[in-house]
Amino acid sequence: MSTISSTAITWFFACKTTDVPQNGGVCIKYKDEQIALFYFSRSNSWYATQNLCPHRRQMALSRGMTGTHQGEPKVACPFHKKTFSLADGRCLSDEHECSLTVYPVRLEDDRVYIGIQAGVEADVQVTVEAL
Amino acid sequence: MKIVVIGNGMVGHKFCEKITQKLGTNTARIVIFGEETLPAYDRVHLSEYFAGKTAEDLSLAPASWYASQNITLHLGDPVHIIDRAQKTVTSLKGITESYDFLVMATGSAAFVPNIAGTDKKGVFIYRTIEDLELMKDYAPRATRGAVIGGGLLGLEAAKALLDLGITRTSVIEFAPRLMPRQIDDKGSFVLQSKLQSLGLEVLTGKNTSGILGEDTITGLQFSDGTALDADMLVISAGIKPRDELAAACGLETGPRGGIVVNDQLQTSDPSIYAVGECALYNGMIYGLVAPGYEMAEVAASHIIDAAASQKSFTGFDMSTKLKLIGVDVASFGNPFTAPDQSHSIVMEDSISGIYQRINISQDGKYLLGGILIGNADAYNMLLQTCKNNIVLPPNPADVLLGPRNGAASAGAGVDALPDDAVICSCESITKAAICQAVEAGNETLDAVKKCTKAGTCCGGCTPMVKDLITATMKAQGKYIRNVVCEHFDYSRQELLDLIKVKSLRSFDEALDHYGHGEGCEVCKPVISSILASLWNDMILAKGNDTAQDSNDRYLANIQKGGTYSVVPRIPGGEITPDKLIVIGTIAKEYNLYTKITGGQRIDMFGAHLGDLPAIWEALIEAGFESGHAYGKALRTVKSCVGSTWCRFGLHDSVSYAIRIEERYRGLRAPHKIKSAVSGCIRECAEAQSKDFGIIATEKGWNLYVCGNGGSKPQHALLLAQDLDSETCIRYIDRFLMFYIKTADPLTRTATWLNKLEGGIDYLRNVVVNDSLGIAESLEAEMQFLVDNYKCEWKEVVDSPELRKKFSHFINAPEEKDPTVKFETLREQKKAADWK
Repeated sequence: MSTISSTAITWFFACKTTDVPQNGGVCIKYKDEQIALFYFSRSNSWYATQNLCPHRRQMALSRGMTGTHQGEPKVACPFHKKTFSLADGRCLSDEHECSLTVYPVRLEDDRVYIGIQAGVEADVQVTVEAL
Repeated sequence: MKIVVIGNGMVGHKFCEKITQKLGTNTARIVIFGEETLPAYDRVHLSEYFAGKTAEDLSLAPASWYASQNITLHLGDPVHIIDRAQKTVTSLKGITESYDFLVMATGSAAFVPNIAGTDKKGVFIYRTIEDLELMKDYAPRATRGAVIGGGLLGLEAAKALLDLGITRTSVIEFAPRLMPRQIDDKGSFVLQSKLQSLGLEVLTGKNTSGILGEDTITGLQFSDGTALDADMLVISAGIKPRDELAAACGLETGPRGGIVVNDQLQTSDPSIYAVGECALYNGMIYGLVAPGYEMAEVAASHIIDAAASQKSFTGFDMSTKLKLIGVDVASFGNPFTAPDQSHSIVMEDSISGIYQRINISQDGKYLLGGILIGNADAYNMLLQTCKNNIVLPPNPADVLLGPRNGAASAGAGVDALPDDAVICSCESITKAAICQAVEAGNETLDAVKKCTKAGTCCGGCTPMVKDLITATMKAQGKYIRNVVCEHFDYSRQELLDLIKVKSLRSFDEALDHYGHGEGCEVCKPVISSILASLWNDMILAKGNDTAQDSNDRYLANIQKGGTYSVVPRIPGGEITPDKLIVIGTIAKEYNLYTKITGGQRIDMFGAHLGDLPAIWEALIEAGFESGHAYGKALRTVKSCVGSTWCRFGLHDSVSYAIRIEERYRGLRAPHKIKSAVSGCIRECAEAQSKDFGIIATEKGWNLYVCGNGGSKPQHALLLAQDLDSETCIRYIDRFLMFYIKTADPLTRTATWLNKLEGGIDYLRNVVVNDSLGIAESLEAEMQFLVDNYKCEWKEVVDSPELRKKFSHFINAPEEKDPTVKFETLREQKKAADWK
C-alpha cells in the first residue's frame, strides 16, 4: 500500500510500534487534538480513543490502566477509575456517562497510523465547546 | 405526546427517569423548567457539601444524560404562568411551551417564621446549594452560630455550621424537646444529652421573638426575656410547599398549602399532576424522598397509559434513619403507641447515649414500630420485621438485646423476610427482585445496584443487599470465595503464596501461570503490589510499568488537571535549613505550589509529567530520595521533638523515628502504612492513630498497632509494652510482614485487624509469642526487603530509557499538555476547578 488515505478517512502517522509500551497507552498529538493509543500485546490489538475523560474532562486516559471486561478491551481513567470500552467507547462503569470517540488504527511495518474521519475534527472541537 | 415538568429537584428528576424507562416504543417530547441553575442534585446529602463533597458529587445525572434522553432542560428559568385553557406554560425568560401533560414538581421552600429582622445580614435559610454557598462565604466572619428549628432539618443545619468551623453553635426549638414529630420524650432527652456532649448547645421551649442588631445580626431575643449572642443564624424550622403557581392558575390547594392530588397524583385539572413535597395527599405533605419517588412512579405510569395503570399512591411509610452530627436517629412504623394498645420494650444506656424502644402488639407477636437513638444498626431488620408482620421470637426483647444465656441467634436474618419485603424503599425494590438479579448472575454489589437500582439513592439498605447476595449465593450452593477479580480465581493471600513458590517476577508471568484474559485495573495493582512486597525489584522494570496503578507508573501523585505532586522523603520530619532551601529553589524554578503535609513533609504540586525527572534529578543531587507518597507503601514516620529538646521527653523520638522510617522506606503493602514515634505519654506525634505507633515509657517503648485516621478513625491497640529498641523493631518486622502476607487488597491494618479472627489477642500471640512458629521467617523476609531497597527515582533519573517514559506526547516529547490550566490563590497557583 503506498498511499495512506481513503475516501472517507485520513490516516496520519502517529508513532512507531516500539514507542508504545505493551499493555498500556501513550498520548498522540494530532493538530490540536489529543488521542490516546493503546497496545494489547497478547492479542496484538491496537485501539485509539479521545484522550479526554468525559467524567471530569481530564486529559488522562492514555495514562490509565488497560485490561478486559469479559473479553472486551477497556481502559480505566486514573482519576476516578471510570472504565470505558476500547471497542466502541461506551462507559462500562456508569451508563449515564458520555461515550468516548474511538478511532481506527492501522499498522504498516513498524509504523502506527490513526484514522480520522473527514469532518470529524471540526465536530470534535465543537462538541468540546458545547459541553 | 408532550410533557412539561416544572421543577428539576430529586423527585422531578426521578419522574423523568421513570417516564423515559416506561416509554417503550412510544415517543414523548419532554421539557423541564428548573429554577435553580444546577441540574438535579441529591438534597438528602446536602450537609456533606460542607464535609468536602462538591456540587458534582451530589449531582444525580450530568446535563448530558438529559440530552441523551432527548429531554430539553431549561435551568435558571422558572415557569411563571400556566395557561390551562390553552395548555401552555410561559417561563420567566419568556419561553412558551405547550403541553399534553403538565407535571408540577416544584418542591418546597424553607418555612420562615414571622419574626422581625430575618432580613438582617448573617441570617440564612437552609435549602439549596446556593444557600449553602452563601453560608460558606459568610462563615469565616462568624464565631457564634445559632439554628432556629430542632427537627431533622434544623439538626442537619447545625451540623453544617459545625462543619463550617463554627464550634460554638446553639439549636433553638420552640417545642419542649428535639424532633417532636419523630421521637418520644425519653428519646429526645437522650439525643439532647448526646448532642450536648458533642459540643452543641440545645435550647428547648424557646420562642424567638426578634433578631437583634442594626443591619447585621448580633443575637436573638426570646419571648421569656432572655437573649442569646449570635453572629450567624440559620432558619430551618420546616418546609412550605411551593404551590403559588398552582394557586395562581386556579388549581385546588390546601388551607395550609400544598397542591391537592388524588390517588393517581392528578390535581383538580386531570392533565396536571403534582409530585413530591408540593403535593398534598389526603391532607398530608410527604417531606421525605422515598414517598416522592413513589409518587413519580405512579404519575409516570398513569401518564403513559391511564387505563392500564394499576398503580396508585396510598400514603407512605414515614420510617426513617439518619445520622445527625454523628448520632444515629431512627424511627419506624408507629413510634408513639399508647400503653393501652401495646407493650413497649425500652433499653436506655445513658453512659453510651443509647435509647431504643420497640412497640409490640398486645399478644406479643408483632412489631408495631419503634425508636432507635445512638445505635440504629438493627434498623433495617426491625423495619422489615414490622412492615412484613413477621412473628417475633418467644422472648421479643431478643430482637433488641440479642439472644442471652447462651441461646441461639434469635432473628433468622434476611432469610426470614418474605419475598415481597421492600428492601430499598427509595427505589421500591423487593427482596425477590434482588434475589432474582443475583440468581441471574449479578453476584456483586455493583452488579446488583446496576441491574435493580437498589441502594443507589440513600444507600441505607446496602448492608442488607450485601447480605442478600451472600445468602442467595449460598442457597445456590456456591462457595463464596474472596477472589481478586474475573481474571484471577484466587484471593490475594493465595496469589502471594503461589507467586512466591514459583518465583514469578512480572505481572505477565503471573497472568500466564494463574490468570486468564488480559487483567484489569483491579488485579494489575494487586499483583504489582505482591511482586514488590516479595522481591522489592524496581517497579518499572521488566515491563511491569503498565501493570502499576497509574500513580506508581509515574512515581508521583496525579492531581486535578493532570499535573503531579512531588514528595521527597523527610524522615521523622527532620530537615536541615540547606535542604529546605533546595526545596524552595526547585519549587520556584518549576513554579510549584508548596504545602506542609500531615505527615511532616513538604508536598510540591503542579509539576508537568515531563518535568518530573529533572525535578527529581535536582532533589537527588541534594541528597533527597523518593517519599513513596504515590504508592501503597510506607509513607511517613512522624515524630515529636523528643528528649533532645523537650523538657518532658523520655527518649530521643526523632532518632528512633528516622531509624524506623529508613528501615521500612519503600516497603509496599496491601495499602498505605503510616507510623509515628512519641517521646512521652503526652503523645504529641499522635502515634495511636497510626498503622503502627511507638510511645516512649520510663522503661522503653510501647508498641501500638492497627490505628487509623481517615474516614473511619480507630485507635491503635497496645501490642507490647516496655520494649527495648531492638525488640520493638523485631516485633514491627513480624507485624508488618504478617499483614502484608495475609491482608486483602486495599485493606488498611485497622480493617484487617477487625476482620482477623481472634483480634488483637491472636495477633499478639503470632507476633510476640510466635504461636505459628513463623516469627523467624517473617523477620528474614523483612530483612531481605530492607537489604534490597533502592530509591526508585534515582534509578529513573540515571536511566535514559526510563526517563523517556515521562512525557505527555509520545510524538512531541518536548511539549507539555496545553490543556493544563492554573489559577492564583494566596500568591501561589492552584489547579483549575473541575468543569
